[in-house]
Amino acid sequence: MVNTQMVLAAEGEHNPIIPEISELILGLVAFVLLLFVLWKYAVPRFEKLYAERTEKIEGGIEKAERAQAEAEQALEQYKAQLADARAESARIRDDARVEAEQIKEELRAQAQAEADRIVAQGHAQLQAQRAQIIAELRADLGRNSIELASRIVGESLEDEARRRGTVDRFLAELDSESTAGATRE
Amino acid sequence: MGALVLTQGGGFQPPGADSFVLPPIVGGVTKPMVLVVLSVIIIAVYFTLATRNLKMVPGKGQFVAESVYDFSRNSIAREQIGSKDFRPFVPLIFALFTFVLVNNIFGIIPLVQFPTMSRIGFPIALFITAYVVIHFVGFRRHGFLGYLKHVMFPPGVPKPIYLLLSPIEFFQKFLAQPVALAIRVFAAMFAGHLILLVFTLGGSYLITEASAALKPVSIISWAFAIALTFVEALIQVLQAYIFALLTANFIGAALASEH
Repeated sequence: MVNTQMVLAAEGEHNPIIPEISELILGLVAFVLLLFVLWKYAVPRFEKLYAERTEKIEGGIEKAERAQAEAEQALEQYKAQLADARAESARIRDDARVEAEQIKEELRAQAQAEADRIVAQGHAQLQAQRAQIIAELRADLGRNSIELASRIVGESLEDEARRRGTVDRFLAELDSESTAGATRE
Repeated sequence: MGALVLTQGGGFQPPGADSFVLPPIVGGVTKPMVLVVLSVIIIAVYFTLATRNLKMVPGKGQFVAESVYDFSRNSIAREQIGSKDFRPFVPLIFALFTFVLVNNIFGIIPLVQFPTMSRIGFPIALFITAYVVIHFVGFRRHGFLGYLKHVMFPPGVPKPIYLLLSPIEFFQKFLAQPVALAIRVFAAMFAGHLILLVFTLGGSYLITEASAALKPVSIISWAFAIALTFVEALIQVLQAYIFALLTANFIGAALASEH
């Protein structure tokens, strides 16, 4: 290197760090020209392509996002519907249970009433029959007694007054006995 | 070392700064000038044609063009300037990256074999463009005094330190950083080309002029030239990346709001 510089100094030759004006100007013009061409043609075309590409990708993403949102919404809707249906069914079940309970209660009450009614009716009927039978028996008994008595006595109890008195006394006796018996029952 | 020894021994002229002065082809037009124009045509035509019918799903050709654009746009401009402000600067960063890249690669393309950025006039032309843009957007964003304050008075420093820091910051932002931008790519291309010349010309000299015992050494010299060509390829791409990256970085710094 020292050698080279000595040679250079000796011969007074080219100094590499002093620019030649013609080269400088040419370089400037050439570069500015290149810059202009790239600025005007290449870069806008690349940028347009980039923008298109970005748009396409973003469009795709947006579409996917929209689809996902829709799906989520549908799911949400289905879930809500399902919950509604569950609530509905539970409500219906509860209602049915309550209703069944009610019906059962009603039926029971009805049956009870019916049973009561039947028992009461039977009772009444029995009472009536008993009364009738008693009345019939009383009449029969009266007649039979008189007949028996007349046979035993051998005479007809023609005397109305006596007959009535006797019969009435007997019946009253019988009556009191029967009521005593009934209450004992 | 070999060159030095040979210089003393024989008539080998080691390649130097003179190797970058090429005779004009026609009139005042030199090879680097032709190459610069050629690079502009190549890049402009390539990207104009490649973007003529862009598809949503890129084919092979489109993929290559798109990768270069994508690299300048996203990996450099957006990373350095920030996703809020980077858009207006994409063409500049894209042009810088491709322009420096193609002109650097010229250094190892057979027959062309001259990195135009080793002529400092061209890096300076780029540096002027970048410089104007960086400080123009800085002044426009912060106002005249605001930008000077932004540059010279970085926040979070004890007040007396500004006495020392502000001139340094001013010098750095308005001179050192941008000049270094131009010098960096120039020096890398200059040195790289020089190294390739040394090994190639040294090999040629050895095989023609050296004694029989030394002739095989030229093989080693050429092998080195080939190996270094690969290194050069890496450096050339890297330098184009660094140039665009730093420009974007400076723009980002000029635009940055106070933290």
